Amino acid sequence: MRWVRIIAIAFLVVVSMSCLLANFVAPAPYAYQFRELPDASPSRQHLLGTDSLGRDRFSRLLYGTRVSLLLAPAAALFASILAALIGGSAGFVGGWLERCVMAATDLFLSLPWLFLLITVRALLPLNIAPFTSVLVTFALLGSLGWAAAARVICADARSFSRSDFILLARASGSGGFRLLWRHVVPNFKPVLFAQFWIAVPVFILAEANLGVLGLGVAEPLPSWGSLLRELESFSSMSGQPWQFFPLILLIAVISCIHLALRKQEPSL
Amino acid sequence: MRRLAMHIARLVAVMLLGGLLGATLVRVAPGFGTDESDLDGRLSSASIQALRQSNANHENIAIFYFHYLGRLVHGDLGMSRTLGQPVRQLLADRLPETLKSVGLGLTLAWTLGLSLALAAVVSKKSYIDLFGSFLAGILLCIPAAVLAILFVITRAPARLALGLIVFPRIFTYARTLLFRTASLPHVLTARAKGIGNARVLCWHILPVAAPQLFALAGVSVSLAFAAAIPVEALCDLPGIGQLAWKAALGRDLELLVNLTMIVTAVTLTANSASDLLGHVSHAGEV
Repeated sequence: MRWVRIIAIAFLVVVSMSCLLANFVAPAPYAYQFRELPDASPSRQHLLGTDSLGRDRFSRLLYGTRVSLLLAPAAALFASILAALIGGSAGFVGGWLERCVMAATDLFLSLPWLFLLITVRALLPLNIAPFTSVLVTFALLGSLGWAAAARVICADARSFSRSDFILLARASGSGGFRLLWRHVVPNFKPVLFAQFWIAVPVFILAEANLGVLGLGVAEPLPSWGSLLRELESFSSMSGQPWQFFPLILLIAVISCIHLALRKQEPSL
Repeated sequence: MRRLAMHIARLVAVMLLGGLLGATLVRVAPGFGTDESDLDGRLSSASIQALRQSNANHENIAIFYFHYLGRLVHGDLGMSRTLGQPVRQLLADRLPETLKSVGLGLTLAWTLGLSLALAAVVSKKSYIDLFGSFLAGILLCIPAAVLAILFVITRAPARLALGLIVFPRIFTYARTLLFRTASLPHVLTARAKGIGNARVLCWHILPVAAPQLFALAGVSVSLAFAAAIPVEALCDLPGIGQLAWKAALGRDLELLVNLTMIVTAVTLTANSASDLLGHVSHAGEV
């Protein structure tokens, strides 16, 4: 399975690099309209054709992928930090704080978070700027996605606080920030990394869901969600199968993230 | 009995907190108090002012929630601002539709997911495992809303989309759990003694895996309800998912609070029931 992981990682690197270099790779700016060429078929000038407003689909795909691939990890990082702060402090302090935090995570986990996300996102101002909408969407994902990770980290922190090496560190005079920075944080790293990487594909899919429902990134800025929204107008009569390319790329990227993270699974 | 009472008390407390959280989120959102009518050029400034005044009744979230709970005790769930109908009526009309969709979806997801996982574990045929993993892997990468659109494009029954959204989670978890259980020492001993596949499965694998499978059943209800929102909104199914979508777009506080509480109640009831069943099955096994 090692070669599958290598191929997956290589694919992710290629996609990420092409998106980061979208300014140089893309044949046109994402909002530029070729007004004489709406709904054009793929050609040498427009590799994936143009949309109904005459915008180059390939360029929009590159820029849209960049938005999703840059901001989903940022939101995942924010959620992981939030989970580490809340879950970590609850696990270490214990007592009433731990009970309160656990009750809060129970509450967050019992509400389907897509429901919560749609509710909050729909309540934002109507005339929101595209750049603000990107930040708000991913900030919301980050701030609502901490609960599951906080539970895991809280359990870990609880077992750390009772472990021998922490006891020894306390006995030898370590306390407060030093104890946290030198002994606790390094042991949290693997759990935090795992939670971070679990959250990235979840947030990419959540943004895509919001985008398809019209609550994601505002036009004209593209994202995977807004690109997939075009499928709503797809009909087999119009015969534009290249409209499915963003979906294929999304499936490929998420699959590669899963493959890159996959451990050896149990088998008989 | 004490456990059951504790579960019910916890359920009620979290449900009330969920409603309060939902109402608070709606209230503190920057767009609260503004709606499409603000941009409607046909309305005079006096009309817009009157509409704003009616929204201002919900300004204080504590007072709103206190009044809401008072009315709830008398069975009055309030009036939907956007749809102009009693919330109770709307819920009575739409809840059966969603329950039907969720029930059908869960039946499909569990039948497909569990039977593929069981077939992979019992038959030990790698192609079954590969097929199940591939299907689950692909479906796990498609956003629920896109799957709903694909169902609209292909004119497939939209309710089945819910099944395909929940299936990969059930298959992936059940497969891992069953594989892990099948490699436990007591199962290997049973196989070594020549006990048949069906008996090993029924007597040695499933009873051990049952508590986790029950927990998965609880979680799958929550997943199905969350997936119902994009599926019902995009496939035009008149259920509470679509209602939640309309309420969110219309900034309908009354409707949103009720929906939050109902969704929380359903999720918690499913989780508590699965928890209790898991506990009973574990106790029986011991």
